[in-house]
Amino acid sequence: MKLVPLSELKVGESGIIEEITDPWASIKLIEMGCLPGEKVTVKLAAPFRDPIAIEISGNLISLRRAEARNIVVKIMP
Amino acid sequence: MSEKLKITLIGNPNTGKSSLFNALTGLNQRIANFPGITVEKTTGYFQLPNKQEVQLTDMPGTYSLYPKSKDEAVPFEVLTDPHHPHYPHLVIFVADSANLKRNLVLLTQLIDLRLPVILVLNMIDQSVAQGIDVDIEGLKDFLGIPIIPTNARKKKGIQELLEVIQKGVDVSSGTFISTDKPSPIPLETLKEELHLCNAYQALLSLQQSIVHAGSKKDTFKRTIDELKADYNFDSGTWQREDLLYRYKKVNELLKIYVHQRNEPAFKRRQEKLDAVLTHKVGGYLIFFAILFVIFQAVFSWAEYPMHLIETSVSWLQHWSHAHLPQGILNELFADGILSGLGGVLVFIPQIAFLFFFIGMMEDTGYLARVAFLMDKLMRGFGLNGKSVIPLISGTACAVPAILATRNIEQKKSRLITILVTPLMSCSARLPVYILLIGLIIPEQYVFGFLSMRGLALMGMYLLGFLSAIGSAWIFKVFMNIKEKQYFILELPVYRSPNWNNVWITVFKKVKTFVFEAGKIIVAISIILWFLASFGPPGKFREINAKYDSISKTHTLTESQVSSAMRSEKLQNSYAGVLGHVIEPAIKPLGYDWKIGIAIITSFAAREVYVGTMATLYGIEGDEPDISKLKGSMRNAHFDNSTEKVYGVPTVVSLLIFYAFALQCMSTVAVTYRETASWKWTLLQFTFMGVLAYVASFIAFHVLK
Repeated sequence: MKLVPLSELKVGESGIIEEITDPWASIKLIEMGCLPGEKVTVKLAAPFRDPIAIEISGNLISLRRAEARNIVVKIMP
Repeated sequence: MSEKLKITLIGNPNTGKSSLFNALTGLNQRIANFPGITVEKTTGYFQLPNKQEVQLTDMPGTYSLYPKSKDEAVPFEVLTDPHHPHYPHLVIFVADSANLKRNLVLLTQLIDLRLPVILVLNMIDQSVAQGIDVDIEGLKDFLGIPIIPTNARKKKGIQELLEVIQKGVDVSSGTFISTDKPSPIPLETLKEELHLCNAYQALLSLQQSIVHAGSKKDTFKRTIDELKADYNFDSGTWQREDLLYRYKKVNELLKIYVHQRNEPAFKRRQEKLDAVLTHKVGGYLIFFAILFVIFQAVFSWAEYPMHLIETSVSWLQHWSHAHLPQGILNELFADGILSGLGGVLVFIPQIAFLFFFIGMMEDTGYLARVAFLMDKLMRGFGLNGKSVIPLISGTACAVPAILATRNIEQKKSRLITILVTPLMSCSARLPVYILLIGLIIPEQYVFGFLSMRGLALMGMYLLGFLSAIGSAWIFKVFMNIKEKQYFILELPVYRSPNWNNVWITVFKKVKTFVFEAGKIIVAISIILWFLASFGPPGKFREINAKYDSISKTHTLTESQVSSAMRSEKLQNSYAGVLGHVIEPAIKPLGYDWKIGIAIITSFAAREVYVGTMATLYGIEGDEPDISKLKGSMRNAHFDNSTEKVYGVPTVVSLLIFYAFALQCMSTVAVTYRETASWKWTLLQFTFMGVLAYVASFIAFHVLK
C-alpha cells in the first residue's frame, strides 16, 4: 500500500482518496464528491497530458494536474 | 390569493434544471443580472391549474450552499435571508436521479434551513437506463417531503409537479442533521441573539460571517466575530466537516433506498464517445471542423438575414424621408433612431447562429469536452479552455462573442476573454481594410497565385490574433483578482440535444442583447447623428444659401450639387469641428482632420469609415463607387501643402489604428452589460485606444 498524489496516476489506474491537502480546493472537491475513502479512477488525459478527467462515484470530473496534486490517494501495489 | 407565489429553482449543475425551467415557463422568461454581479437571473412566470400566478426564479447551478466566490454567493444569500426580495415561499430542488449521492447533500442543507421544498427526481428515464432503482415512497417517508419523478426534456411529470405545488408544501417535520451535533458552539443562543429562524442558519451565518439584519448589522457582526474568536472557529474546517458528515448520512440513506443493477452498455457508449471526442488528434480535428461550421454560419450565412435587415431599415429611412412631414423630427427619426435601431437589429442573425451552436454544444455535453481539450493551450495566457469559442467568434463579431463568455466560470479568465476579444479582427473592419489595402498594395500575385492584397489582409487578421493573445498575457500578469481560480468541472453525460432548450437559449440571448445593449447603442447613435448633421448655425445657413445660388447659376447636375453640399455640411458639422479639434492629436499618426471626422463617425460601426470618406470627398450616390473613392483619396493633399495624405506611412498607420482601437459602440455596450462595471468597460476602451495610438505612431514614424 502506497500513498501518492493523484497526479501521478496513469490513465486507467485507480486509488482510494486518502486526503485533500489544499484546504480551499478541498471544499470544491468534496462538494463534487471527492471524499476521503472514495475510489477514484483516472479516465482521460487531455492532449499535452493536462488536464485529466477522473471518475468518482459514476461522475466524470475534469481537473488540472496541479489541482490533482493536492489529492493524496492510496494505491494497492 | 392575488399575490404571486414565489418559487426558487435550485440544484446541482447538469441536472436538467433549465429543461425543467423551460418546461414550466416556456418563453415567459425575463433575464437580468443580479445587482452588481454578472450572475444571470432568470425569472419566469406560469399559472397553476387553479389560476394562481407563480413567479419562478432560477438559481445558478451549485453543489452546496457554501459560496467560494462572490458570484456563487447568490443562492446562499437568497435562501438564508427571509428579508431578501427573492426569499421564496417554496423551493423546487432538481436532482439528477442517476446521481443522487452528490445531489442530496445540497437538499439536506435546504431541509435544515427549514425551507419548504419539493424534490424533483429529474432525468428519471436515464437512471432507469443505467439500472438505478430508487424507492421513491421510502425516500419520501424518510425525508418527509414530496418527491416527483420527472423527465423535463420530454415534459413528463410536470402535471404532477403542478398539482403538488397547488396543494401546498409544509416544512419537513424534523431537520436532517441535528445541528448541535457537529458544533460545540451554542447555536441556539446565537439564533436567539441574532433573531434567526433556526440553528442551521446560525451555523451558516457563523461560517460565512454574514448577517442579514439591516440596521443592527454592525452589532451582530461583532457578536459573530467574538463567538468565532471564543470558540476558535475556523470556517473552512467547519464547512468541510459539515459536508463530510452530510455525505456520510446521505450514503447511509441511499444504501436503504437506492439499488443499482449492473448495466454496462450505457457506460460503454459514453466511454466510446469520449475516446473519440477527446482524442489527441481526432478530438482537435472534430473541434476544428465544428469551429469551421460555426465560422461559416456567423461569417457568411448570417450575411443574408443581415442584408435583409439593412435593406429593410434603409427602405424605412427612405420612406420616412419621403412621406413623413419634413423637418428635424423626421431626420431625428430616420437618421438617428432608425439607424440606431438598425444597428441593434443587424446583430441578431450572428447572435442567433452563434448561440444555436453553443446551445447545442452545451446541451449535448460537448462544450465541457472542448474546455478539456483546449485548456492547456489557453492557460498560459490567463485564459482557459472555454475562451476558445468567444475568441474565434470574435473574428466575425465581438458582440455575440462577448455574450458567449457567460460559459466561463472562472472570473479572471472570463474577464480577460471579454477584454481581449475585440482585438480579433471582426467583419466590420473588413471593408476598411479592403479600401485601405487597395490604396497601397498593387493588385499583383506572388508565385502567380498568391494575391498580395490577400496576403496583406491575412496579415491584418494575424495581427489581431497575436495582439489578443499578447494582451491576454499582459492582463494575466497585471490583473489583481484575489478569488482562487479553479478549473474543476464536471464532464456531463452525453445526451442528444433538446431543440426546445437550444431554441430558448437563442431566444434569451437575442432578447437580452436587444433590450440591454440596444438601449446604449440607440442613445449613442442619436448623439452621433446630431454631431454629424448639425453645426454652428451661421455656417450652415451660409452653405445652404451658397448651394441655392449654385444650383440656379451653374450647369451642374442635381446629384453633383447635393453631394458637394453634403460634403461641405459634414466638414462644417460639429463632427467636422471635432475633427479639427482633434487634428493636433492625430497629426503625429499621419492623419488630417478629415480622417479625424471618419474616426469619430465610425464609432457607430467601423465600416461607416468608408461611407464617411465617400461623403467627405463628394462621391455621388447612395452606394458610393469604391474605385472613384480610391481615386479621390489617392489625390488628396494635406491642407496648405502639396504632400499627399494617403501615402504608405499614413495608410499603414490607419490600418493599425482600425485593427486596435475599440471603434465600436456596440462592443462597449455589450462589455458593460457583461461585466456590470464601467471600470472594466473604460479600461478596455482606453487600453485599446492607447495601444492603437502608440502602435500607429510608431508605424508612421518608422515608415516615413
